[in-house]
Amino acid sequence: MNFWEKLGEERTGPRAEQGADTANDLALEQALKNFRLSVIAWSDAAYSRPRTLAQVVRRRSWRLAAGWALGCALLAGGVAGAGYERHQRIEAARIEAARVAEQQRVAREQQNLLREEQAKAEDEDLLAKVDSDVSREVPSAMEPLAQLMAEDGRR
Amino acid sequence: MAAGTALEPMTRGAAEKLAGRELDSAADEFSRIVERHRPQVFRFLLASTRDVDLAETLTQDCFLKAHRNWASFRGESSAMTWLMRIAINLQKDHWRNRRMQFWRLTRTNAVDMDEAGEWLPSGESSVERQLLAREQVGHVWTAVKGLSERQRTVFLLRYVEEQELSEIARATGLSEGTVKAHLSRAVAKVRAELGAKQ
Repeated sequence: MNFWEKLGEERTGPRAEQGADTANDLALEQALKNFRLSVIAWSDAAYSRPRTLAQVVRRRSWRLAAGWALGCALLAGGVAGAGYERHQRIEAARIEAARVAEQQRVAREQQNLLREEQAKAEDEDLLAKVDSDVSREVPSAMEPLAQLMAEDGRR
Repeated sequence: MAAGTALEPMTRGAAEKLAGRELDSAADEFSRIVERHRPQVFRFLLASTRDVDLAETLTQDCFLKAHRNWASFRGESSAMTWLMRIAINLQKDHWRNRRMQFWRLTRTNAVDMDEAGEWLPSGESSVERQLLAREQVGHVWTAVKGLSERQRTVFLLRYVEEQELSEIARATGLSEGTVKAHLSRAVAKVRAELGAKQ
């Protein structure tokens, strides 16, 4: 009694009367037999195929090289990306610093201009005050002459 | 002391000859084991992995390991059961390592179900029968793919290698009851797959 006969007997023993189950079992058994024979055919073909060691080695080395190349490319891309990002950040910071410096320079210039204008106005006020003071106040030695000029004026 | 010195070359020579003869006989025995069981171990690993290159590598590893431990094989089980046990452990280690190295998943060479199902028993005569057989084999492969690792191992050992439950239990390190339970679940899944497609 071979394996499948024994297996069929084991499986159908207590349920031999159940027709549908037996049919299913037979279908299952046939499928399993076919599966086994298929695996054996595949295995025999694969086992007896000519060994292509050189090709395998080449393919593996090619894969290895491709893997390394991909890894290196990814690494280089990452490094370049990080460098570019850093460069961009530095450039942006430099532009921002220049802009702030320019703003500060303009503000300083405006302040200086304002300060100059104020100083100019103060000078002018001072000169005007001096002029008026000079015109009104005369030294005591010139007082009689001034009085005369004033009387002349009244006359 | 002098007598010992005089006897030493003879003793060593005899021991070497004896050891050499024993080694030769062990090597011959192991060669026979390899010749007899290599196709079977390869077939089991091929069905488990669906990857010819991987099955070949694991088969070589299996016999390398067996050769290293041949002296410790005490013959408690058959050589085939012992070899299958080594093969199952190597396969487990391989999948465990592959799970750890997740990027290797993309490098698997496992063929898909359709390709595996292309191999047909040559006995089928008519085209209709061949188609039916191909369909059945495809369904079984689909079901096998859905099995857990342990269920698949037990299923393949039983229905492809036609091993007894006790042998499967020894090869997998499980109890016979557990083997039966796994087998029953595996067959139920195959049955369901076949039933669903009919």
